[in-house]
Amino acid sequence: MSNRSLIGEFTKGLIEENATFRMVIGMCPTLAVTTSMVNGFWMGLAVIFVLTFSNVFVSVLRKVTPDEIRIPVFVILIAAPVVIVELVMNAYLPDMYRVLGIFVPLIVVNCIIIARAEAFAYRNSVIRSAFDGLGIGTGFMLDLMLIGAIREFLGTGTVTVGSMVFPPKPLFEPMAVMLTPPGGFVTLGILMAVLNILVQRSASKKAKVEA
Amino acid sequence: MADRLLITSSPHVKAPRTVRGIMLDVVIALVPASVAAVVFFGMKALTVLLASAVSAVLAEYLYEKATKRPVTVGPKGDGSALVTGLLLGLSLPPAVPLYVPIVGSAFAIVIAKQIFGGLGTNFVNPALAGRAFVMAAWPLHMTSDWLNPRTFDAVTGATPLYAFRGGQSVGSLTDLLIGNRLGSLGETSAIAILLGGAYLIARGVIDYRIPVGFLGTLGLGIFIFGKPGALFQGDPVTGILLGGALLGAFFMATDYVTSPVTPKGRLYMGIGVGLITLLIRYWGDYPEGVTYAILLMNLATPLIDRFVVPRYYGYAHDVEARRRANRAGGELS
Repeated sequence: MSNRSLIGEFTKGLIEENATFRMVIGMCPTLAVTTSMVNGFWMGLAVIFVLTFSNVFVSVLRKVTPDEIRIPVFVILIAAPVVIVELVMNAYLPDMYRVLGIFVPLIVVNCIIIARAEAFAYRNSVIRSAFDGLGIGTGFMLDLMLIGAIREFLGTGTVTVGSMVFPPKPLFEPMAVMLTPPGGFVTLGILMAVLNILVQRSASKKAKVEA
Repeated sequence: MADRLLITSSPHVKAPRTVRGIMLDVVIALVPASVAAVVFFGMKALTVLLASAVSAVLAEYLYEKATKRPVTVGPKGDGSALVTGLLLGLSLPPAVPLYVPIVGSAFAIVIAKQIFGGLGTNFVNPALAGRAFVMAAWPLHMTSDWLNPRTFDAVTGATPLYAFRGGQSVGSLTDLLIGNRLGSLGETSAIAILLGGAYLIARGVIDYRIPVGFLGTLGLGIFIFGKPGALFQGDPVTGILLGGALLGAFFMATDYVTSPVTPKGRLYMGIGVGLITLLIRYWGDYPEGVTYAILLMNLATPLIDRFVVPRYYGYAHDVEARRRANRAGGELS
């Protein structure tokens, strides 16, 4: 049972329990769809929606769900919002749906969502679970956008958001490798290292202040 | 007095050889190839070599400063960054834009070497990792920025390696030996590389087994499969002189850190590099496979070291005991 404030349930997903960089789960879409910032944004938004609702459903039913069959129950509860996302995306964002492809339906078995259902929503109140889902999802979206922006910038020379292109012309010759899986792994590894250094530094500062 | 009493386990043999001395030997061995590159490709070659060597040393310095580790470059450094930079430069086409050697060196030193703990703990050859990265980043530059030797005109055509693969003639053996042809900086002059390689073997810096295994396998393979549509009619000498085989065999596959420690293991590694190079050259999409062949065998090195265990003096050739030892090792790791 968590004893944070509701705000704390939200903000822990941004850095402290960040899905990509701290818990290192949900790596499949993280590496596959982050070839541009916009891809990361939509994938992240889909995950926020699914994660919030699946957390709420799991939490609502947590007292009547038999322990032995909880995983199949979770999967069904997760599949419902995923189907909603899939159909809505297919109807209103057909281009993005084509780009994200299989990774939208695969949200059903995304380990972030199963992990939060099992580790959090199954043991906590509905409102807490909703905040947890929102927070972890938002953190995941920011991760994808950050990785996507870096890979898009280095791999194509520009970052495109809607009709805005920044910088208008590539300032250097784009490195094709950044759009490929190796480029994704290198970006992810470096970002993880940087975040770890920053977190360690702030922790050692905090320890000094307390001592 | 007490600090002069050293208590260590065997072996107690002392040798004057240091990492710095070995690296210095490698640099000396690379001089002929570098000079040949500058002779054939002019100032362009010099700037590419300088850019990659300087940025490799600088990258090592900056990373070690940033992470507050002991600095291993400079007058008292181990010289390994310089070797990495030079090797990377020699593996690039002469007319590449200067950001290619700079990014390649930075990747080689920071990502392939330092992040894994620096010299001695990198799992692949840093120079080749850097080359593979720039190859994937700017494939067009890496496969078309050639210079005509001596006239220094830009040539974007196919290198002799392509022509050879198609079964066409590729010019005289003399030109191939001296280096009067298209190709990467350090791979064109076979004589210069052989000179450096002979120096390294004579000084005992490298083990002849890796180059012999590599070039022997490659030559045999080219002899068998080298001519399209016919078996056993290939031209192994030309095939070995073309591409990066010589440079890779003497200077890159022999990297201590990423090659097996036992003599037999080294032979196996050489054979593996030869086989993979052959596969990529004749049945793959890339023009040259030496880079990837060596990188792949680097990854297989721990495996080779584990299975090729020398027989110790005083122990019977006990297969069962070795198996038990292997199993124990497996549980530990």
